[in-house]
Amino acid sequence: MRINRLAAATAFAATLALTVGACGGGSSSSGGGDNSSPKTLTYWASNQGTSLENDKQVLEPELRKFEQQTGIKVKLEVVPWSDLLNRILAATASGQGPDVLNIGNTWSASLQATGALLPFDDATFAKIGGKDRFLPATIASAGAAGKDPAAVPLYSMAYGLYYNKKAFAAAGIANPPATWDELVADGQKLTKDGKYGLAIEGGNVSENVHHAFALGQQHGTGWFDAAGRPAFDSPEAVGAVKQYVDFIAKDKIAAPGNAEYANNQSVTDFATGKAAMLMWQSAGANLTSHGMNPDDFAVAPIPVPAGATGTKATTSMVAGINLAVFRNTKNLDGALQFVKFMTGDDEQKQLNKTYGSIPPVKAAQADPAFATPELKALSDVLATSARPLPQVANESQFETLVGTAVKNLLAGAAAGKPVTDDTVKAELTKAQQQMPAN
Amino acid sequence: MIRKRLGRTGLPYLLLLPALALELLIHLVPMVVGIVMSAKQLTQFFIRDWSAAPWAGLGNYRVAVDFSAPIGRSLLNSFWVTCAFTVLSVGLSWLIGTAAAIFMQDAFKGRGLLRAAFLLPYALPVYAAVITWSFMFQRDTGLVNHLLHDQLHLTSGRPFWLIGDNSFTALVTVSVWKSWPFAFLTLTAGLQNIPRELYEAAAMDGAGVWQQIRRITLPSLRPVNLVLVLVLFLWTFNDFNTPYVLFGKSAPQAADLISIHIYQSSFVTWNFGSGSAMSVLLLLFLLLVTAGYLFATSRRKGADD
Repeated sequence: MRINRLAAATAFAATLALTVGACGGGSSSSGGGDNSSPKTLTYWASNQGTSLENDKQVLEPELRKFEQQTGIKVKLEVVPWSDLLNRILAATASGQGPDVLNIGNTWSASLQATGALLPFDDATFAKIGGKDRFLPATIASAGAAGKDPAAVPLYSMAYGLYYNKKAFAAAGIANPPATWDELVADGQKLTKDGKYGLAIEGGNVSENVHHAFALGQQHGTGWFDAAGRPAFDSPEAVGAVKQYVDFIAKDKIAAPGNAEYANNQSVTDFATGKAAMLMWQSAGANLTSHGMNPDDFAVAPIPVPAGATGTKATTSMVAGINLAVFRNTKNLDGALQFVKFMTGDDEQKQLNKTYGSIPPVKAAQADPAFATPELKALSDVLATSARPLPQVANESQFETLVGTAVKNLLAGAAAGKPVTDDTVKAELTKAQQQMPAN
Repeated sequence: MIRKRLGRTGLPYLLLLPALALELLIHLVPMVVGIVMSAKQLTQFFIRDWSAAPWAGLGNYRVAVDFSAPIGRSLLNSFWVTCAFTVLSVGLSWLIGTAAAIFMQDAFKGRGLLRAAFLLPYALPVYAAVITWSFMFQRDTGLVNHLLHDQLHLTSGRPFWLIGDNSFTALVTVSVWKSWPFAFLTLTAGLQNIPRELYEAAAMDGAGVWQQIRRITLPSLRPVNLVLVLVLFLWTFNDFNTPYVLFGKSAPQAADLISIHIYQSSFVTWNFGSGSAMSVLLLLFLLLVTAGYLFATSRRKGADD
């Protein structure tokens, strides 16, 4: 009796424990796609609209258009961001997945390394209308350099400096800051009466790492050395991160409370006038939905160090969504037809207009809908001063580890702990040590 | 005669067969898969065909328990955090649950309403409840700081709850809030089985309330408590939802529970072999604690009888 109870309870404990870590195994899935099911496609779309339902309303009519043109029925599933990567990994492990899917473009090289996505070589590109139709920077964000891209760009975005025109005028500042020294000086003028110069999303690991990346470029580090090994605690990287953390620690132009923002509170703060500047991608629609008058804000490129040129004048990562074909697809030709459809001029104009993003297809960018001051400024950034995040297989680890390090440093700064080169370096070294050794 | 005996002894096993097959499928196969994965270098390069992943032998385990290296050290830190968290959370949940159950033991007006109110946290969906807590814990706009700082003036500045060291307190608070109703429910059920005569007899003999609780209530609840504490321990030690909803993918170091830590080590950093190895270690630890707990408690019971 005692033994039985012991056994039962231990088995119970074992099951509980394993539900934590035992993610389902995989079957050995054989090779590439075929055309055994030419009449249907499954499409996993990422959440670009205000809700999953909104995405369905936007995409369904377009998918019906595609069905009319080709006779291929597309089954749509909109996957929330919190699930998307896990779903893709599960599909990769099991070999059972969609035919066409959206991926965050920063995952491109990591997913490329799994071999789950169809490489876009020249012949494949020819089937969808050619590589030259896309902006070069967006193609560079679709896979590791020197390899055939694992995806094609679909929606593009870039970071810009959003500033409150009224607050600037009231503080007697004529132009948005072009250098960091100007930004800090302006920020200090604007920080008074409970209002702050700048809002940052300090608890959000992704936002942190995006800024750390752009600042790293300006300081002269790409975060990985030429051999693809992580270089997180180089003096340049330390300088970049310290500059960001100092917005709270030394310059005091961002509110200490920003260190825990992770639900877009910084956008709200900017929209409601609590902060006068915000570094964000395609925030316009979001700001107006918070009740901000579109005439009250404008967009400028993110500042650079005085006199910076070349990569040191990088002002943004290449942000956006890529479209990939799952290698195990049962409808390879149909999948490529669908990619061609989605990256065609008409759909590019239509969808990017709806989502407030910028078309990565050059011809579609010429549409007047993308000539608003906000989108014009952001597409200039994309064309001239945006660079893709490191396209290495360990990119997602880089995002998590460095983003978390910055989050920890901001938390320390907000709690009043001193921020020095040494503390920043220690945190970044810790992040680097957790990178897998390969 | 022999045939008959065989049939009689064989039949129960035959009847058990479907259950055994399902048990194997649902419990043992995933466990074995997890153990096999833990012996492989299962990174993103191999998830597509993980039979091709190179064998790592005990390599993943060696990395996980090498406490002088960063990965092992952070796992150990996470382990201690989880232990402290579990002891506090289970202890407080049990204490509050017991106290509430005893208060609700005697009938009074509004008892049903109070009981229902007490069970609310248990009935709420975890996500909705915890996300509400995360809003309440926000530094600038949260209810907690409004109460502690603006109304009661207990703190000099507005403390952070979701980042930094206070996150541990926040985590324990939410966890206790979430699990004490279960203790309350279980103990309320247990209390129904204690005959009223025992209390009456004790009162006649001049026992006070404390003595009644110590000599009658608690000993009578012992079998319930044994199971309750074990179940709470296992749930709390493995709790994933609470820290995940409260802090997101990267929990602050002070609140880095082991389940989140393992999730980080496998899903976020795409190293499933290492994550599986840590899971297996966690499994072994929980097995050991459970076995030790049951062994100790059943022996004591034997001595008592």
